[in-house]
Amino acid sequence: MGSLIGFASGLLFGLGLILAGMTNPAKVKAFLDLAGAWDPSLALVMGGAIALGMLLFARAARRRLAWSGAPMEIPTDRTIDRRLVLGGVLFGIGWGIGGFCPGPALVALGAELGAAQNNGLGSAAIFVAAMLAGMVLHDKFLVKG
Amino acid sequence: MTIDWIHFTPWASLLGGLLLALAAGLYLFGHGRIAGIAGIVAGPVNALLARTGQRAEAHRLAFVGGLLLAPWVWQVVLPLPPVMVDVGTPALVLAGLLVGVGARMGNGCTSGHGVCGLSRFSLRSLVNVAAFMGAGFVTVFVLRHVV
Repeated sequence: MGSLIGFASGLLFGLGLILAGMTNPAKVKAFLDLAGAWDPSLALVMGGAIALGMLLFARAARRRLAWSGAPMEIPTDRTIDRRLVLGGVLFGIGWGIGGFCPGPALVALGAELGAAQNNGLGSAAIFVAAMLAGMVLHDKFLVKG
Repeated sequence: MTIDWIHFTPWASLLGGLLLALAAGLYLFGHGRIAGIAGIVAGPVNALLARTGQRAEAHRLAFVGGLLLAPWVWQVVLPLPPVMVDVGTPALVLAGLLVGVGARMGNGCTSGHGVCGLSRFSLRSLVNVAAFMGAGFVTVFVLRHVV
């Protein structure tokens, strides 16, 4: 049950990213480029997601168990520290350089794996490999400094 | 500021955003978890590569499987939009490393802090989103208009 829900959620999330145009790094960068020809699309993606998300999260907060029977695990951490800010800054620099963040990069990798894009295994695969390396690097060596 | 009206896709992006919320809602109501992709990916990867004691949870692997298959399903109906990358391999490697380290250090990314965190009015997420948005704006400004 959990896996089925996980798969359906991932699939829906991926389709949403494609429809929103967010799997194209050029479009993400066009949003981040305030001084150039600015494409505000990403703001509408976030606006739409958060508007509906607020309704859904408010309802979910009253539940004790999920449909699968698993407990609701809504974060309770309220710590605002240097790691939270520095992590965001590093993430943002990487996001600005490549135009990829984790979700869209995985969807783009899926397209490359199927050679769905004609350019074959390429940018997304390189980015995802480096991203996974970065995650492991952090979790193995940089936890709680 | 000039708006790029040619590439601006208000309706598709708004609708895509609604789908993201539906997907996050399904994961939350269905299995009680936050759809934060950095965390979802890091769990299994750590379990397999880093031996940090975490388990490769099946529902997380399934979520990643869904993301990877999304373009295949999309293609049954419509042609995929292009994936245009304007930087070379060294820059992509650097970008990936920064995104990977940053997402784990800040404990979330555009989905976990951005979509889910802001939806539940988390101040912690707002601080992280402000940090990565700000850094993203500055980085693109420097790379495109200064360097």
